Amino acid sequence: MHRFANPARFLRIAKPLTPWLLWMGIALTLGACLWGAFFTPTERLMGDTVKIIFVHVPAAWLGMGGWTGIAIASIIQLVWRHPLAGVSARAIAVPGATFAAICLITGSIWGRPTWGTWWVWDGRLTSMLVLFFLYLGYIALSNASSEKGDTSRVADVFGIIGAVNIPIINRSVIWWESQHQKASITLGGSSIDQAYLVPLFVSVAGFSLLFGALVLMRMRTALAEMRIEARMRRMADY
Amino acid sequence: MKPKHQRLLLAVVAVFALIGAGLIAAAALREEASYFYTPTTLASANVAPGKAIRLGGMVQKGSIVRAPDGVSITFTVQDKDKTQKVAYRGITPDLFVEGSGVVADGRLGPDGIFIADSLLAKHDENYVPKELADIDMTSAEHTKDTLSK
Repeated sequence: MHRFANPARFLRIAKPLTPWLLWMGIALTLGACLWGAFFTPTERLMGDTVKIIFVHVPAAWLGMGGWTGIAIASIIQLVWRHPLAGVSARAIAVPGATFAAICLITGSIWGRPTWGTWWVWDGRLTSMLVLFFLYLGYIALSNASSEKGDTSRVADVFGIIGAVNIPIINRSVIWWESQHQKASITLGGSSIDQAYLVPLFVSVAGFSLLFGALVLMRMRTALAEMRIEARMRRMADY
Repeated sequence: MKPKHQRLLLAVVAVFALIGAGLIAAAALREEASYFYTPTTLASANVAPGKAIRLGGMVQKGSIVRAPDGVSITFTVQDKDKTQKVAYRGITPDLFVEGSGVVADGRLGPDGIFIADSLLAKHDENYVPKELADIDMTSAEHTKDTLSK
């Protein structure tokens, strides 16, 4: 693991990887959204409203996946003091919060015509809203530490504790009766028709690549800022 | 023990304690965090008439009766084992069809009929194109067991 501990080595890999992830991500996302919007059939009960899943599902997946990443990075930061762990956790936070917000907004837009309401306080919606607030808390906490690269220990602990919410979001529709429907895609299979499932997977892949590109860009920016800071400090010493 | 191993041990213990605490809390919330009663849980819950509650389930096939005034309806909500009669006055959501899911806000009347103030449709986890000819478009009956787990 410490093979990549050296930021210089990380940058050598991250720099050529970023444009690949970015352009592949843009191409797949655009393709999947156009496919989903114009070349999928209307749904039996929902009509065209079904097409919002091509944004909603990837956003939910990345919102939850982002926090899982923050939790793992926080553990690595706490235990191994890995120099890149704090940088990556901070880089994930803002895109993660953005996707959690996109998930909530698109879900709300879908809920109005489908359920007849913008919002209800059931287990799934509430726990997802809590995730969004956790992100805001994490961003504030990690920005409160003065060091650019390091997260404070409080932020690391917060990142790990907040991960409790992830299985709760996932299980909320099984543990509790809820307004939100149960999972359509499980390990056992899918109850989504192929006509929607294939573009949905393309969309999830596309958004995920975009997410990766964003995180790498933010990490490189943070590392560059750290170098500037270090150089300024050296110059100030003369 | 090296400090690194100490921290690792601490982190592992903390993570397990957290997961345990989360599971215990979730199990304790099992009843309270449910968004609605199903006919079965309602029957065993002893809810006083007039208390504001939510009822959810599937609209029983053939149970929707529209009154001549055009806005009053009665129907039956069912889960796997039990049924509950519901009366409602107002506009029903577009997805409110027989055999599909519904969540109703309201209270039990003295006669045991659930008086709904508002109705929300509940979509199930199935996504099926309109064109699939073998499916009755006005019903979601083939998914009956998805809601009443």
